[in-house]
Amino acid sequence: MPKNDPIAIRTGDRLALSRALTLVENDAEESRALLSALFPFTGKAHLVGVTGAPGAGKSTLVNQIAKNLRQGKGQQAPKVAIIAVDPTSPFSGGALLGDRIRMNDLAGDKGIFIRSMASRGNLGGLASRTAAFVTVLDSAGFDLIIIETIGAGQAEVDIASLAHTVVVVEAPGMGDDIQAIKAGMLEIADIIVINKADRPGAENTIRSLQIMLEMAQGKSGIAAIKGKHALERSPAIKREEQASKLDWVPPIHSTIATEGRGIPTLIEDIHRHRQYLLHTQKWEEKETVRLRCDIQTLIRDTLLTQWWEKLDENKFSDILADVVQRKYSPEEAVEKLL
Amino acid sequence: MTNKKIRVLIAKPGLDGHDRGAKVIARALMDAGMEVIYTGLRQTPEMIAEAALQEDVDVVGLSILSGAHNVLVPAVIEKLNENGLTNIKVFVGGIIPEPDISNMLKLGVTAIYGPGTDTQTVIADIKQAIQISNS
Repeated sequence: MPKNDPIAIRTGDRLALSRALTLVENDAEESRALLSALFPFTGKAHLVGVTGAPGAGKSTLVNQIAKNLRQGKGQQAPKVAIIAVDPTSPFSGGALLGDRIRMNDLAGDKGIFIRSMASRGNLGGLASRTAAFVTVLDSAGFDLIIIETIGAGQAEVDIASLAHTVVVVEAPGMGDDIQAIKAGMLEIADIIVINKADRPGAENTIRSLQIMLEMAQGKSGIAAIKGKHALERSPAIKREEQASKLDWVPPIHSTIATEGRGIPTLIEDIHRHRQYLLHTQKWEEKETVRLRCDIQTLIRDTLLTQWWEKLDENKFSDILADVVQRKYSPEEAVEKLL
Repeated sequence: MTNKKIRVLIAKPGLDGHDRGAKVIARALMDAGMEVIYTGLRQTPEMIAEAALQEDVDVVGLSILSGAHNVLVPAVIEKLNENGLTNIKVFVGGIIPEPDISNMLKLGVTAIYGPGTDTQTVIADIKQAIQISNS
């Protein structure tokens, strides 16, 4: 069977799909033409990112979301693809991909496709080819693509430019409220989930997150008061105020993913966020951001590969030796090399 | 330019609940630079073949300590074939009595490992089996 038959991929041949993902992941030469053949058929899927600290319960939550989306809906149920990213060891280059352990509930359902992906040295919480995986799965007709990042800390926010809807999963007792103010995770959240809500301290975590979110919205709160005072004088401000009511306020959900508690309302909000994006033209904005990032990454990788291929290795090692001897700085070495 | 990595599915079919061996081998293969997918305990042959299909693995490693290998191994191989995965190399680890080994090999199992096997042996065998099938 040909590995790179775009028609087989688009018509639901799961083996063709799986092998295409491998080609794309390995950045095989034929994968670029394949992606170009598939790209015109993309743009329909809702891309949902799930991120959060290791052990917060991301995989269990993804399992429940997918199960709930499919259950009892027969032919109407959306087709769901899951990309589960886990870290590659920087020492061996190997990886242990264990997200499927939590997703055994989904076995046997042909409307679900799960693929584990090693980060292969990429920082930012995703693999460098995750965006290309999305292209392949979108063209294969999956309505919803869930992207589970590696266990993320404070800077793994690549998911924000890839997904339409970012779900940030937290667990109780993961640090004080200053952690919540810091840059990173919460800034990218469209929906916040406090999982393991039966654990002690869950209420405190929810409360401090609520306070932080209110603080973040404080600015627009002041603007709204200003608008109210000015209301009678200027209809333009009234329109502005109405527009600001359409702004998305990230809802906080508490869930117990192992028992499936809190999942249906979470799914409602995932759908609601999609509607919000479509009604406010933010969907196109997000698409533009995502594809710009995609092109930029491709340009960077392509230029870098071309440059390394043309590089005289002896020249490089000579200059490196000089840098080690403190004859030049790394900055001067770059000037000599480029 | 390709960046091919060996992908391995480590699976525990059947009902025995001891996965220390599976975890030891998963860790060793990861340290050898492979991408190892571990799916947890109590997998049916259908689940294993489905995971192998979705993950496009080169190797499936089955860990069986329950004594049900004469049923489970043929069932897994049958399901792999049904999914069109005839190229996948199947390795078996666990407690497999001597008289059953030749039958397992006849079914298409690449190698069988008992307790005390050096993980380096397994790594070398996997690399060799992949090399042969790629050449």
